[in-house]
Amino acid sequence: MAEIKDFEFEEMGSKSVQPSNAINESLGDVMTLSMGPSHPSMHGVLRFKAEVDGEIFHRITPDIGYLHRGDEKIAENKTWHQFIPYTDRLDYLAPLCNNVAYVMAVEKLLGIADQIPERCQFIRVICCELARISSHLVGIGCFGMDLGALTVFLLAYNEREKVFNLCESLSGARFTTSYTRIGGLSRDLPDGWLGEVNKFCDEVLKAIDDLESFLTRNRIFLDRTEGIGVITKNQAISWGLTGVNLRGSGMDFDLRRDHPYLVYDRLNFDVPVGVKGDCYDRYILRILEMRESVNILRQCVKMIPSGPINIDDPKIMLPTKKRVLTQMEDLIHHFMLATEGINAPAGEVYFGAENPKGELGFYIYSKGGGSPYRLKIRPPSFVSISVMPLMLKGAMLADVPAVIGSLDIVMGECDR
Amino acid sequence: MKKTVKDLALRLKAHFPDIIAEPVEFRGECTCTLLDSNRLHEVAEYLKDQLDFDFLKEATSIDEPDKPLRFTLVYELYSYYHRVQLRLKTSIAEGNGKISSLSDLWASANWQEREIYDLMGIQFENHPDLRRILMWDGYPFHPLRKDFPLEGKASECGVLFTRPAPMEGGPFVTQPGLLDDEDREPRSRTPENKF
Repeated sequence: MAEIKDFEFEEMGSKSVQPSNAINESLGDVMTLSMGPSHPSMHGVLRFKAEVDGEIFHRITPDIGYLHRGDEKIAENKTWHQFIPYTDRLDYLAPLCNNVAYVMAVEKLLGIADQIPERCQFIRVICCELARISSHLVGIGCFGMDLGALTVFLLAYNEREKVFNLCESLSGARFTTSYTRIGGLSRDLPDGWLGEVNKFCDEVLKAIDDLESFLTRNRIFLDRTEGIGVITKNQAISWGLTGVNLRGSGMDFDLRRDHPYLVYDRLNFDVPVGVKGDCYDRYILRILEMRESVNILRQCVKMIPSGPINIDDPKIMLPTKKRVLTQMEDLIHHFMLATEGINAPAGEVYFGAENPKGELGFYIYSKGGGSPYRLKIRPPSFVSISVMPLMLKGAMLADVPAVIGSLDIVMGECDR
Repeated sequence: MKKTVKDLALRLKAHFPDIIAEPVEFRGECTCTLLDSNRLHEVAEYLKDQLDFDFLKEATSIDEPDKPLRFTLVYELYSYYHRVQLRLKTSIAEGNGKISSLSDLWASANWQEREIYDLMGIQFENHPDLRRILMWDGYPFHPLRKDFPLEGKASECGVLFTRPAPMEGGPFVTQPGLLDDEDREPRSRTPENKF
């Protein structure tokens, strides 16, 4: 009988319990792995350079910029109004929110923020909340899909389609809405649109229940998200996280409630806050936020007044065609607005809005005239991605989709 | 005790009377200008530790080529305790030394400063990882400077072209472009005439 040869299992076993700095020194054990930029779980064109030892991450370096279009440079060369379509392409999962945030920053610079008619403000809130629901649906759908729950993705996209139908009848476009104007909106609500919103509210609540039944108490989902990608409260503040990613870590802060803009101070809504700061907390906050958004939508539909939607200032809003063709003054205003743009005062403002992904801020430095001297976009996804090396240090390779999905990033906004 | 942003700005001014200019208010926002950019780190540390500005919302820069101090750095600071926002600005001349990085105070400054370096070409001292972030490594220009044209400049980085080549050892073959950026007109490019 042949002697049973003892393979040296002990040595291999002892290798894995070596302290991590010892592995760092012997670079032979570390493999460099490139993930992305074109990979289904990367939510766009994000790339990682990861140093892995087996399945454990040593160091992970995000590589961004594949979608850089120079939006800030373009803004310096466009008039205030011409930049609105570019904001659609920032967070392209919630274009209505971006439109609102940008025009509110310009309105703040112009000093007309308090003159916006009430009906316009209500419509903007409805737009923001619809966009929030649609963005969170994609966020949760893709999160589920990355972790293997494809049904969730299809269910979420089914509901998102209804938001697109609403966007289409509202602005004429399903995706790139460009709905807002500085000082108002491009058009009033279509007939019966608010009834459609009410109907959507009922339907989406059922869909959220269905989504939850797939994920919230799913053993596999829990195993893959609980305690994964933890950010503590202090880390979240220091790294500048905002929105759901900040609240998931236990920080009770929401711009809609703490620095209310539009008519958020007249609406009743809760701000859900997480406890642990892991992927599961961020998932459950998105579910709760969608329910709150439905709540806000219903209040708005009840409270929305009739009246004008645009401010009555021909130096800011384009006058109606009838007035342009009949009155000399309005013809001049129309010409000036179309050729030179709104004449803004010199000064600098920052306006941040609570968007689905976090705080989308616009810093505008104006020297007067029709276009900004410098316009800086503060994208929440840019900040979220910068935290990933911290979250993924020592994590497993399979945690990457969970972490990316739970942070809910979008590259159009990160790269600008 | 919660304070208004005006109070906090005046406290900053009182602590650094020589180097902080009079706070400016515009549209309800308060801007403090630091006159000596070498002491930025000291002032930022005071803002963070003594005045509770624990959140750096964003850092950015402005390029004004006609001014002697060409670049202005802008920091938007927020205090979760006081619930107020303050803007800190400081200007530096082109090529005149470096400015100290704030990434040891606020971790979010790390990537924001990389972006400023990438797009505006401002160097930061003591930055842990000052590399380009949006543009690729080796790109020679800083596109957000005012002297960089909107349509871009030709650089020596050739563009790679990939074409299907099933008979040449792979499904695709990638080769560098033969023409440089200035000669190439992408809209007229066809597989036959130019690669």
